[in-house]
Amino acid sequence: MRIDWLLALRFLREGRAQTLFMLGGVVMGVGVIVFLISLITGLQRSIIAKTLGTQAHVVMRPPDDEARRIIKPSSTLAVSANIERRAQRLSSILQWQQVIRLLESRKEVTAVSPLVSGPSFAVRGNATKSVALMGVEPERYTAIVPMSSFMKEGAFRITANDAAIGIDLARDLGASLGDKIRLQTADGRSETITVAGIFDVGIRDLNRRWVFITLRSAQNLLDLVGGVSSIDVAIRDLFAAEVLSGRLAALTGLTAESWMKTNAQLMVGLRSQNASSYLIQFFVIVSVAFGIASVLVVSVIQKSREIGILRAMGCSRQRILRVFLLQGGIVGLAGSLLGCGVGAALVTFFARTAINPDGTQVFPVVLELHMFLLAAGVATITGILAAAAPAVRASKLDPVVAIRNV
Amino acid sequence: MSEHTIHTPILQLTDVRKEYGSDGITTEVLHGISLTMEQGEFTALIGPSGSGKSTLLNIIGLLEQPTGGSLLMQGRETGTMPEEELTRLRGKSIGFVFQFHHLIPAFTALENVMLPLMLEEGRLTPEQRERAVWLLTRVGLADRVDFKPGKLSGGQQQRVAIARALAVNPPLVLADEPTGNLDTAAADGIFKLLYEINRESGTTFLIVTHDPRLAKRCSRVVELVDGRVVS
Ligand SMILES: Nc1ncnc2c1ncn2[C@@H]1O[C@H](COP(=O)(O)OP(=O)(O)O)[C@@H](O)[C@H]1O
Ligand SMILES: [Mg+2]
Repeated sequence: MRIDWLLALRFLREGRAQTLFMLGGVVMGVGVIVFLISLITGLQRSIIAKTLGTQAHVVMRPPDDEARRIIKPSSTLAVSANIERRAQRLSSILQWQQVIRLLESRKEVTAVSPLVSGPSFAVRGNATKSVALMGVEPERYTAIVPMSSFMKEGAFRITANDAAIGIDLARDLGASLGDKIRLQTADGRSETITVAGIFDVGIRDLNRRWVFITLRSAQNLLDLVGGVSSIDVAIRDLFAAEVLSGRLAALTGLTAESWMKTNAQLMVGLRSQNASSYLIQFFVIVSVAFGIASVLVVSVIQKSREIGILRAMGCSRQRILRVFLLQGGIVGLAGSLLGCGVGAALVTFFARTAINPDGTQVFPVVLELHMFLLAAGVATITGILAAAAPAVRASKLDPVVAIRNV
Repeated sequence: MSEHTIHTPILQLTDVRKEYGSDGITTEVLHGISLTMEQGEFTALIGPSGSGKSTLLNIIGLLEQPTGGSLLMQGRETGTMPEEELTRLRGKSIGFVFQFHHLIPAFTALENVMLPLMLEEGRLTPEQRERAVWLLTRVGLADRVDFKPGKLSGGQQQRVAIARALAVNPPLVLADEPTGNLDTAAADGIFKLLYEINRESGTTFLIVTHDPRLAKRCSRVVELVDGRVVS
């Protein structure tokens, strides 16, 4: 192989401007792709992290108990069957302890947390606010949503007396740490809690509505004694949530909703972002390939005399073919290494300049080795493929033509 | 030289024909050439321009296939050989010296001479370098080994081409008007060099030339007129 490399490198060195032109194309192409991928990956990861910061990966709920009626289409009567929901009564998961044990036994599952949730009013003095009661077991819940990290004041300490409320609710009620708040439901049940912690989860609506109390208090207030309204599940592989939720539903007989379904809109956005990114990458690769191919075609014509001489001296067609394929591959590899550097530098610079008002970066830079390896691999293969047509042409040159025509 | 030698002739052409053209409009350039060359011959090929000398040389050099007849190289029929085998045989058995020297401009004199060796062995070795230096010394260019062709005179370039033709020590060297665009002194020098190498190493030479003065110094002269051997 040595002589092939030697000839390929010599030809590249000889055609200085052409080689630089091809290299420039690959550097720019790979630079753009690396920039694009790390930008999009970084943005998407931070969006997903933010979304999942306050959500379970999978939420298990009681089976749908809507009154379903099978309407036979054969009926000639106009069907005016209104499918009515059952009256305002929260449905609950009974025997939830068994369900939790079952879920915990799965190796894909990393955390399970029961939740009793429902509407209520929070009353302090003459201020009344509509809130969402969140009855939890704090140790289990923090494994799903890291509440401790969201605490602005106090701690996420949930006991029979102590509760945690959001920063916006605290402001609306004029409550601070240690103050008492009365929780009152529509059917007249009520309980008084002390504010032991004030959190900010970064979403105003949740800061205004969430009130964390014990599971038992919530069961009492919402008349769900012995049951829970849902079970939150955290899993190992985020993107397996959709598939896994189906399996967990079948396993437990409950309904399961993955974060991907809950955030369907977001997922559509991310997917179309990915699709357009792939499209851009594809066209960048194609144009880089055309650039390499057209430069090499010219180079084959310019070097036809050298090729003829080499052939006259016993150089095989296959060797000529390999020499030109190698030139494409070398340009692809060298260009992609430089391009990775350029792309990484660009995205790092961009990330540094994109700063939130509070000084944090808008998105984390994601530069992973496998992305660079992939870019280098794709560029090398693109270079070789782009060189294919010129290389075939070179290998088919008639040495006599080259030798006769000076 | 006898037609019935015991050993195999290096080259044996029988009724070699060459037609150019396609779609029915063809011109025959060589009309049945028969020619035998023995190992160690120093032969001139003369004839007017357009008589088919270069065509014949390219056929003997396995660069072109004849459209008729047979060509035996060291006793082996070449007409049925696949392209790869012809290329291999060419690399091993035939050295070329062209009129316009055809050196690779990006390579130094030394690298040009090493090229056939590298192509044969597929890689670069120190022995190749030694042999190339020795050959360049032999053709009188010991002090020009690292020069690119562009920095050499016409005569010097042709000496590099001769060294390159001898690199793999082929039994047959084909030279197409090697002195064609050199002045008389340089031409004489080149011719003398070829003759000396023939004497020293027994390499067979077939040299196309216009110059009757040089042809006279060859051990044998083959004359081609209108695609036929006339003497
Ligand atoms: N590829 C070709 N196609 C058609 N005709 C050719 C080709 N090569 C050579 N010829 C013709 O063959 C004849 C012999 O050419 P050539 O062998 O170069 O002669 P010489 O070397 O004796 O001057 C010329 O008439 C030339 O035009
Ligand atoms: Mg000629």
